[in-house]
Amino acid sequence: MISIKGFFRGRTTIQPIWVFVIAIFIFFSFMSEYFLSLSNITNILVQTSTIGLIALGMTYVMINGNIDLSVGAILGLAASLAVGLQDYGLTIAIIAALASGMLLGAINGLVVWKTGVNAFIVTLGAMLGIRGLIFLYTGEQSFYSMNFAFADFGASTIGPIPVLAIIFLLCTLVMHLVLTRTGHGRNTFAVGGNPEASIDAGIRLGRHMMINFIIVGFFAALAGVLLASQMGAATPNLGRDYELWTITAVVLGGTKLTGGYGSIVGTLGGVLAIGILRNGMNLMQVPAFYVLVVLGLILISVLIIDKKLNVPSTKEVRI
Amino acid sequence: MASAEQTNPQLLNGRISRAGILSFLSAQGILVFFLLSMFVFSLFSEQFLSQSNIMTVVRQASIIGIIAVGVTVVIIGGNLDLSVGSMLSFATVLVVDLHDKIGPMNAILVMFAFTLLLGAVNGFLIGLMRLNSLIVTLAMLSVIQGLVLIYSGGQNVDIANQDGTWFAFFGRGYVLGIAVPVLLFGLLALLMQIVMSYTGYGRRIFAVGGNPMASVYSGIRRNWCVFSTYLISAFCVACAALVLGSRVMGSQNNVGQGYELLVLAGIILGGTSLLGGAGSIWKTVIGVLILGFIQNGLLLMGYPYYTQWIVTWVIIILAVWLDLANKRKRLLTTHS
Repeated sequence: MISIKGFFRGRTTIQPIWVFVIAIFIFFSFMSEYFLSLSNITNILVQTSTIGLIALGMTYVMINGNIDLSVGAILGLAASLAVGLQDYGLTIAIIAALASGMLLGAINGLVVWKTGVNAFIVTLGAMLGIRGLIFLYTGEQSFYSMNFAFADFGASTIGPIPVLAIIFLLCTLVMHLVLTRTGHGRNTFAVGGNPEASIDAGIRLGRHMMINFIIVGFFAALAGVLLASQMGAATPNLGRDYELWTITAVVLGGTKLTGGYGSIVGTLGGVLAIGILRNGMNLMQVPAFYVLVVLGLILISVLIIDKKLNVPSTKEVRI
Repeated sequence: MASAEQTNPQLLNGRISRAGILSFLSAQGILVFFLLSMFVFSLFSEQFLSQSNIMTVVRQASIIGIIAVGVTVVIIGGNLDLSVGSMLSFATVLVVDLHDKIGPMNAILVMFAFTLLLGAVNGFLIGLMRLNSLIVTLAMLSVIQGLVLIYSGGQNVDIANQDGTWFAFFGRGYVLGIAVPVLLFGLLALLMQIVMSYTGYGRRIFAVGGNPMASVYSGIRRNWCVFSTYLISAFCVACAALVLGSRVMGSQNNVGQGYELLVLAGIILGGTSLLGGAGSIWKTVIGVLILGFIQNGLLLMGYPYYTQWIVTWVIIILAVWLDLANKRKRLLTTHS
């Protein structure tokens, strides 16, 4: 790990992903004249806000030692509800969408807590099932928003900065503070690091897991609502594969799948790395296919670097 | 004394113990569930148990089944493979595209070579470099999907002369009245079941998955064992691509998208633990067939196709939960 001690009150380290983000930022600034402009940079923030918001919640769940594969489906359901329920009023539609995400997250969390089934299996099932619920609700139809306030919101700006970017950055800040400054954040690390020890220490392991699943459900639903407002529509297949992108971003940011280690700052770096790569290669007119290859190779490289730099622990990395 | 009855073989001798039946049923729960669900579906639809319907279901399930056989071996070895979906797209696009260019035989050989190469890359990174299998195969999922798109330039591919090629045999042919995909599925499953149960190699895979450190101390070359499981997985994907390409006689770029998770669903439903070191091929076959029959049964009962996903959600969690509850002798976990 590259760490600059004393950078911030002597405690913060710079994750390797941020070195990478700065490197590709400089690289693309030289390669494309359009890259380094305020409009393009805010554009990157808007493009990444969808995956970024989910990744915030996913970081909590993964630090907790769990994983959530159902976020893409929750996003799709929330988007469909936010557009489909607009006949009852915009506020009700959005509240229902966000509530659906939190409810499904709570169900995932409750099942993981009470049955003890591996979160990978629980959310894999939920991923299939919730997609089924979307098709059931929408009748396999796409919904288009007739409410222009909703569609305009996705494109609105405060000053020069898009609202979506502001929402994303605010959420990032709040989630960073909750993770580093509150008891819930501390317990999340403890549970992920050593579940047995945390039970012995009197931490209510199940409740913290459930809260984290509710958090990721909420953020997936929020991302769905914002994505629907960007498009002014919702399709039943919306959000497919987002779970894979989100996990990629979080792992790039240095969060360990085994739990007990990770940070929101790292996740922000991972999300930006994906966003800058997509945007920069697009500006360089590289076909979009190559981004998939480059991202995968970077993910593997991060693993190899991590393996080489860290002293191998006795705990084998397995799920 | 119930406990004495269970422990004393003399008392059990010659009569059927109720506890014995119960423990057999709970051990073979997935088989019981399978027969039960077949029975329930047959009540609602008279076509359900007809021979043609059963053959159709097995045939549809055979592609997922063939892949699931390989992935089960990987999981027993203590790892995961999420890249099989992209790999299926890759292999199918490759074999279909090359069919018209270099002939069916060469196309099949090249496809097998490249798919095994991808498996070897997985095996190298996970087995030999000891990286986390979930993340590596997630990354490979992305890389291989990118390679497919680069190779095909985003175009769908197809075979021009669909009737005049023996390549149709794999997806559309019949041998002794059995569809070739089903035959291939059955043969592969049987072969791997024998390998896993009756050979030293199979035992070593179980040992590696069950306790990696202990396996190393007992002189097993753990890294190469893991490496080989990914070759098996890639080989199975190549066989599945043969069937898929031949049946459709064409391929979309993302034809295998989502297969990795359906395959996992079948394996989990069958009762193979994701922790490694336990499980069996025949359980996976039953798990995959259950998924197929649920889909078919619900369709025959008149429900839309996506109902099966919701039912699968509930069944997967129930299956694993009951298995766990049986092992810990209580339904719910105790921690708060």
